[in-house]
This record gives sequence, C-alpha cells and structure tokens, in this order.
Amino acid sequence: MSALLELRGVTKIFGGLVAVEDVGFDVVAGQVMGLIGPNGAGKTTTFNLITGNYRVSRGTIAFEGRPLTSLRTNRIVRLGVARTFQNIRLFQQLTALENVLAGRHCRTSAGLLGALLRTPGQRREERAAVARAIAELDFVGLPGRALDLAKNLAYGDQRRLEIARALASEPKLLVLDEPAGGMNEQETDQLVGLIGRIKARGITVLLIEHDMTLVMRACDQIVVLEYGKKIAEGPPAAIQRDRRVIEAYLGTEEAT
Amino acid sequence: MNRRLLVGYLVAAVALILAPRFLDAYQVDVLNSVGLYVLLALSLNLILGDAGLFNMGQAAFYAVGAYTAAILNTRLGVPMLWAMPVSGLLAAIFAVIVARPVVHLRGDYLLVVTIGLGEIVRIALVNDVFGVTGGANGIFGIARPFLFGHKIRTPDEFLYLIWGFVAVTVFLFHRLEESRFGRALTFLREDAVAAEGSGIDTTRYRLMAFALGAAWAGMTGSIYAAKMTIISPESFSFWESVVVFLMVILGGSGSIPGVMVGAAIVVIMPEIFRDLATARMLVFGLVMMVMMVVRPQGLLPWRAPRFRAGDVPRDLPRPEAAP
Amino acid sequence: MEQFAQQLINGLAVGSIYALIALGYTMVYGVLRLINFAHGDLFTYGAYLGMTLLTSLALQDRFGLAVGLAVLALMVMGLVALIGVILERAAYRPLQSSPRLSAVVSALGGSIFLQNALMLIYGARYQVYPDVLPQATVSLFGLPVPVMRIAVVVVSLAMMAVLYLFVQKTRTGTAIRAAAIDQGAARLMGIDVNRVIQVVFVIGPALGGAAGLLVGLYYGQISFTMGWTYGMKAFTAAILGGIGNIPGAMVGGLVLGVVEALGAGYISIAWKDAIAFVVLILILIVRPSGLLGERVAEKV
Repeated sequence: MSALLELRGVTKIFGGLVAVEDVGFDVVAGQVMGLIGPNGAGKTTTFNLITGNYRVSRGTIAFEGRPLTSLRTNRIVRLGVARTFQNIRLFQQLTALENVLAGRHCRTSAGLLGALLRTPGQRREERAAVARAIAELDFVGLPGRALDLAKNLAYGDQRRLEIARALASEPKLLVLDEPAGGMNEQETDQLVGLIGRIKARGITVLLIEHDMTLVMRACDQIVVLEYGKKIAEGPPAAIQRDRRVIEAYLGTEEAT
Repeated sequence: MNRRLLVGYLVAAVALILAPRFLDAYQVDVLNSVGLYVLLALSLNLILGDAGLFNMGQAAFYAVGAYTAAILNTRLGVPMLWAMPVSGLLAAIFAVIVARPVVHLRGDYLLVVTIGLGEIVRIALVNDVFGVTGGANGIFGIARPFLFGHKIRTPDEFLYLIWGFVAVTVFLFHRLEESRFGRALTFLREDAVAAEGSGIDTTRYRLMAFALGAAWAGMTGSIYAAKMTIISPESFSFWESVVVFLMVILGGSGSIPGVMVGAAIVVIMPEIFRDLATARMLVFGLVMMVMMVVRPQGLLPWRAPRFRAGDVPRDLPRPEAAP
Repeated sequence: MEQFAQQLINGLAVGSIYALIALGYTMVYGVLRLINFAHGDLFTYGAYLGMTLLTSLALQDRFGLAVGLAVLALMVMGLVALIGVILERAAYRPLQSSPRLSAVVSALGGSIFLQNALMLIYGARYQVYPDVLPQATVSLFGLPVPVMRIAVVVVSLAMMAVLYLFVQKTRTGTAIRAAAIDQGAARLMGIDVNRVIQVVFVIGPALGGAAGLLVGLYYGQISFTMGWTYGMKAFTAAILGGIGNIPGAMVGGLVLGVVEALGAGYISIAWKDAIAFVVLILILIVRPSGLLGERVAEKV
C-alpha cells in the first residue's frame, strides 16, 4: 500500500476567495479513488492543481515522491498523470484516431527532421502509434470508429474517446472529471466496467463524480470535500454511514 | 498524398516549366512574384494556419533573411545561395527570441504585438541599426546567385530557381503536415488547453512553428534580395505582412494548395485588372469582410485527410495483453 | 529644465489625443471583447472630413472662430459616428456568434477598406489643413507655449470629463458598464446589449473623429495612413490603462504621450515611433492587465 499521489496541505486562493483549503489525502497505487462533494466544493479545482492547470497557493502535491507543484501540465502528463475534462475537450474537428494520437504524443519522439526525411525509424514509430491508438479505441468500446470525427460521436462516446486519449499517454494515474456526466444508465454501467478494466491494467484512477451509485460501485476509497475542505475519507461503506457527509451531501443527493 | 492534388501539382509544374516559351519577360516576372509570395504564404501558414497563431509580422522575418543575405554578400562576399541557409537560421533565431515572451498571449493580442515587432524591425532598418543596414536607402549591389557554376540573371532563370524552391517547400510541408510534428501543431490550434493536457509541450511547439515559419520567410528573403539586387526597408513594410496574412486567410488557412491559390490570386488579380490596381487594397479589405461572413474557411480550405481506411490496422493485441 | 517642461507639455497634448482615441478602443473592447482595428481609420476620417468641411463651408468666417469650430467639431463627430455605426452593422454584427478570428479578420478588412477608400478619394499625398488658427503663444510659468497646444489638452480633457459623467451618471452609461462586466448577465437583467453596442459605436468613433480634427488643426498635415500609427499608439494607451477601463484609457494616453515625447527628446527622435511599440510589448509581457484590467493570457 504505497501512495502514488500525495496531497499535503493543498490550498488554492483565487483573489480573496479560498477555493481549496488545506486539503490532504493519499491516492494508493492500484486503487480507484473517488473525490466527491457538493457543487463548488473545490473538486475540479483540486484536479486542476494536480494536473498543473492551476498553481497551488500553499501545500505540496507529490507523484511517486516527486513534487508536481512547479511543473507544467505536459511534464506532469509525461510523468504519468493523464486527465479528462468535465466539459469534454476533444479536438472536435479531428478524427477519433487523431484525438488518441494526441495522447500518444509524449510517448513518441519523432521530431522535425524525422518528419521531413521520413526515416525508417519515424515510420515504424508512426505505425506503432496508430496501432496503439486503435487498440485504445477498442479498449474503451469504440471499435471501428477511428476515422469518425470527434464531433460526430454521441456524447457518451465522446467521454470514452477522451478516456482513450488519456490512456494512450500510458498513465500510471488516470484523473477523470465527471466521466459519467450526461450518460444514461446503460452507458454508466458500461463505464463502471471500463473503470474496472482500467484498474485491472494496473492503472490507478482518481475520479470526480456526482452519480453516487457509480461512485459506490467503482471506488475503493472516497474523499469528501465541502467548502474547499476535506470532511471525510474512507471506503464507500464508511462514507455512506458518516454523519457529516450525510448532512453535507448525501442526505440531499439520496433523495433525488 | 491525394491523387487529385498530385495531378494538380503536376499540371502546375508542367505549366511553369513551359511558361517561359509562351510568356514575355514581364509576365514571367509576375510569376516570379507569385512564387515568392507563395513561399511567404506557406511560411506564414505554418504559424497562422497550422498552429493558429495570429502573426501579422511575417515581413520582419522576411526582412531579417533578406538583410542577412545582402550583408553577407556585399560585405563578406558570401555567394547568395550559400547565404540562404544562414538567412533562414538567423530569421529562426530572431523569431524564437522575440516570440518567446509573447507566444502565450491570446490571439488578438499576439496579432497586435507582432504588428509592433514588424514595425520595430522596419524602424530599426531605417535607422541603420548596427551600422550595416544602409538606413532608408538600404543595400545595393547584391550579387546574382550562382547555381552549379551558372549565373542566374534572367527572369526565366529566376523562375526555375524560385519555383524549384517552391516545389521543395511544398513537398516538405506536406510531409510535415502528416507527421507527429504537424499533428501537434493541429492540436495546438484546435484547443491549446486540451493539447497541453494530452502531454504536448504547447510553448515549445508554438516556438517551433514560429522558428520554422520564420526560417522559410528568411530563406525567401534571401532569394528576393538576389533577384532584386537592391533591398530597402520599404519592401518590408507592415503592408507586406498584411498582404501575406490575407493570402493565407483568403486561400484557406491551414491548406497548402489553398494558400498557394490565395497568393496567386492576390498577386495576379491586380495585374489583370489594371484599372483596379490602385483600388487593390480597397477590394482586398472588402473581400476580407465579406469572406468572414460568407466563407470564413477560405476559398480552398482543403486539407489532406491524415488517415484513410487503409491506414487502420486490424487484429491488434489488446492493451491488456501488452507487456 | 526648459526643454523638459516643453517636452512634457508637448507630450500631454499628444497624449490627450491618444487618450481620446484610446477611449474608442477600450469601450468597444469592454462590450464586444474585440479590438476594433478600424478605429484608427475612423480617427483619420475625422481629420479628412474636418479638412473638407473647413474649406468648403468656411464656418469660421460666418460664425467666428470659436463658434464655427465648435459647430464643425459637432458635424465631424456626427459623421464619423455614423460611419462607426455602419461599420458595426456591416463588419461586426454579422459575426457576433462567429469565432474570434473571424471578427478580427473582418475588423482588419474594415480598416484596410476605409483607409483605401480615403486614398482613392483624396489621393495618396499628404493633405494640408487651411490655416485658420492663431499662431500665438502664451506664457505658462514663464515658458512660451503655443495656444493650440493648450487648447488640445483642454478640449480633450473636457470631452473626457463629459464622457466620464455620462458613463457614471446616466442609465445608458450604467448599461454600458454592466455589459462590459458581463454581457450575458446584462442581457438577463433586461439590458438591450445590441443597443449598448450601438451607443458605444457612436461615442467611440465620435471621440476618435474629434481627435482627428484636433490633429489636423494642430499639426496642419494629415495622411490617409496616419490612423495606423495613431491607432496602434492609442491601443497601447488603452492596454497601458487596462483595456476595457475608461479612466484607464485616459491615464494611459497621457502617460504614453509624455513617455514618447520625453523619449524622443532625450533618446532619439528617429526611434520615436518605436517607443510606443516597445511600451506595448513590455506591458503585455510584464503586466498584461495594465493598471486595472482583465487578464489577456489564455486560461482554462
């Protein structure tokens, strides 16, 4: 049980507003961790801090013991932290294949000269990258869709394509921001299966989700945020019994 | 490469090779002009069309290249074609230095900053910076280039030199478009945040786009200097940048054949409609406004699809099975 | 010391012109988040229309210098405002829901069109204003200062004061400020944003046109391309003051004018035009929000 990702005293202040305050938790390698909390609790902000889209105001975030707090996003992806976005950010005008190849970028190396001279090494790398991208599309459940434009995919498929893009970068930690957002029940079921298979590949998952059934089914461990602070942490069964959590969040959520 | 496009290129190549037989010296010179602008438009297309960076200062890189070659030639006696790679290299280095602090700016601000950079370069040239640019008069007495011991002098000879370089450029840029590098620029243009989030070093690729675009503009500048034998700051005014920008937008931002057609139209139209020549810019301004409403993607926005059915392999090991 | 004072006053005069033009950039930007590249050309139209009306109507002979010029200024402002409104309708309104790039290209196209239309009408040569103003100088703290220089500053400041009161005290002014903060929210609060945009395209060009007239009267020589240089400098002033910020544009204009005049006086006159560009680039690198404004770098 070693911590893959460690947050310690993480605080983010926008202007005068404290969005995340003194949050600390560990994401254990091989587990699926859920980050939940009411709207505005600072979940997505925490994600943006982990992935380097925002800079922490105070505190440390370490991945495999290495501080991430001063690195740019692309460096963090190279270290093995890939993400999806709450409001899907695919390259809408490009094919599914090209989208996944974007994730492949940091695991390939052909440069300008390789491109201009089209060396054998560059061509081999291209072929392997395409093959891997197709395999990832199959993996997330989009076989045969490689040449479809991202914008032509159904909403749930777009979410899956984003996961494929993230997986293509060979992450050790996959960060999913509301992966079930906008999905119907059947798609959500498939997503739970997909998360299980991602875990089976040995990839650690950290996810934000509002769909409590998904969280309870998919997660090994849950962290609850409210008003930017951590109010509880534990396995799903314990979280469901936690009084503060029920008051703050689950009480209203279960009623719906 | 797409077959229709290939046929188009071949037809154009044959027409250009035969052109001197049917055209007079003036008309060939117009074609040379088209060639130089095609090169400039292709160089800007890397920055504006492929990477989506609003650069309205392409004339600055063109000027750096032209002046580098002219100075090397007139002061040190370096042959013009030898000076060409140096021109490209210096223009690229210059681009990286000036673009580094500003590449992260949002589109319209980058546009204004690059206008400013272009103007600063022009003013620097007029003021004879470092005492080597010859001030407002510029540099004259630039030697003609030699190719395999043959002196290139007539418009016909320049036609082959310029369009030969165009052919090489088009070939290389198509390769670039289909490569990992070209894809990275596309991702950057489509959504920089998503590109960075997918692991692409967006700052680096922005700078690479600037460097490569500037290098090509710089090399084109050295050919221009060789062709004119005289260069002065007024050849690199703000309007040069505007015209090249227009060629890219008009032809089809991001499309290699598109920007070539854009360049050809912008150069040739005023030659055909002589009466309209003074109203040239007026018409272009109007075209820019109308196009944005009617056809914002440009006249020929065609881009080669990067992948076709044949490129998609089947029977793959699933990632679970991968080591 | 005397040279310093003279440069300072000169800088204030030029700066107040920059400020007048900068207001147009800043107001349009505030509401539309668009750099109105054609704004500099509207300024040029002010100068040319002023010249034509001055020679053809000779109002100053009929009504006397002060009244004649005031009427002339109102006419110029009205006409340039009309061009501004037409420009908005033709070049920007159709693109309200298009990507940013389209509006920027259209704005550039508008600028090129306006500029070249002027060139075709008046020719490419410099135009000279008729001499109607007294060349007198007055003594200010013991320094001889041309009356016109003071007049430029006073007239500009007066117009800016009126604008400031308008924006702060009237309902329309409040609507402009609201739309500048958040167009969507303003719409939800029942503000007719399209009308606000139109008002902004009346006020901005009117002030720009007035600035053009002042430049014509002050320098006596105008050219069809001058809108670019003045426009870029005024834009720099708007950025300096924090784009979208009305008092900021006024301060930014004056500061830039003084910096430029002192730079030209003490560093090199030949590099005068480069000073504003260097200032522009430095602000965008170091403090893109200006004195008080929004972030201009991309964010998530």
